[in-house]
Amino acid sequence: MVTASNISTQTIWKILEQVPDPEVPVLTIADLGIIRDVKLNGDEVEVVITPTYTGCPAMDMIAMNIRMALIENGYSKIKITSVLSPAWTTDWMSEAGKIKLKEYGIAAPDKRFTIPADGIECPLCNSTNTRLISEFGSTACKALYQCNDCKEPFDFFKCH
Amino acid sequence: MNNALIDYILHLADTNLILAQRNAAWCGHGPILEQDIAITNISLDLLGQSRNFYQYAATLIGNDATEDSLAYLRTEREFKNCLLAEQPNGDWAQTVLRQFFFSAYLFLLYEKLQNNKDEQIAAIAAKALKEVTYHQRWSSEWVVRLGDGTEESHQRMLHAIDELWRYTGELFIAADYETAAGFDIALLKEDWMKKVTAVFEEAALPVPENVFMQTGGKTGIHTEHLGFILTELQYLQRTYPNAEW
Repeated sequence: MVTASNISTQTIWKILEQVPDPEVPVLTIADLGIIRDVKLNGDEVEVVITPTYTGCPAMDMIAMNIRMALIENGYSKIKITSVLSPAWTTDWMSEAGKIKLKEYGIAAPDKRFTIPADGIECPLCNSTNTRLISEFGSTACKALYQCNDCKEPFDFFKCH
Repeated sequence: MNNALIDYILHLADTNLILAQRNAAWCGHGPILEQDIAITNISLDLLGQSRNFYQYAATLIGNDATEDSLAYLRTEREFKNCLLAEQPNGDWAQTVLRQFFFSAYLFLLYEKLQNNKDEQIAAIAAKALKEVTYHQRWSSEWVVRLGDGTEESHQRMLHAIDELWRYTGELFIAADYETAAGFDIALLKEDWMKKVTAVFEEAALPVPENVFMQTGGKTGIHTEHLGFILTELQYLQRTYPNAEW
């Protein structure tokens, strides 16, 4: 059992850094930048998260996974709060996260393409001879592309 | 308790929920897979926005109100959505035109509301604005593609305009509770008309003039369509009260 005296926000952060995103499991929720704050209120742990997209159906699951991870590590008083402001942006995604995304086959957000357009770098063959197929992809956060060189279809994590 | 504020938030929530429900009916029926995914993604964004508004309204109402009780257990006369949201999907032209009218409207509305003195409304609006920007681009492109497409697609857009234009006036006629917006909604009309006119011009479509504008949705007087939507939307909670899954 974890008691108030030996809790530090740093150890909580370390636990949260292990929680994968349910939609893009190669990323952790820390990589995505959706953990806004960790607070200790006595022996209660409060985790403040922010949704990526307002309709993102993964948010409830993320909250549950955070709770499970903390319970597994011996915490029992857990409060998860969701805040909207300031609105989440892909700027908060970690650099390590962007590399992991590319290795997973998803083109990472690229500041030069705030509006999805042809020419996003293909995560498989690195060609920029690619075309936008749809601004809306398999999840709210992605757009659908195809590489004109290697012909592979791929997702692009939209700048937001 | 500030009733105007609660009614205003419910109005925003209801409009988004009903439009989301309409768009969601395309799931599995879109003209091609990518567009099926696009319209349902838009539906999901709108549903998320409506949830944020319902959750906020529920905290202000208290008395065990929840986002679910507000969506599933209010009657037709209590819904404050704009009439345009509840209009039938019709064909693809009618659906994309309705979405374009709303996206252009919500874009301007959220731009204003992100500076609302109520912090929670401002936060929801700032977040939603990013999503609506995508919706507006997508739906404008479709209006142009169909309006300036084939003879048939052009005819279908003309038909869609005939069906929907008469419901656009209501967007800019304030209900009593819209004082909570902190600005006069009528002021958005000019910029909305500019956007519509520019897109219609590119789409080779005429902007209608002197059309009678139907109102009532904002105060609970709906077209016959809303009852059918709610019958489907609320079926489970009405038939199996408090069911959870």
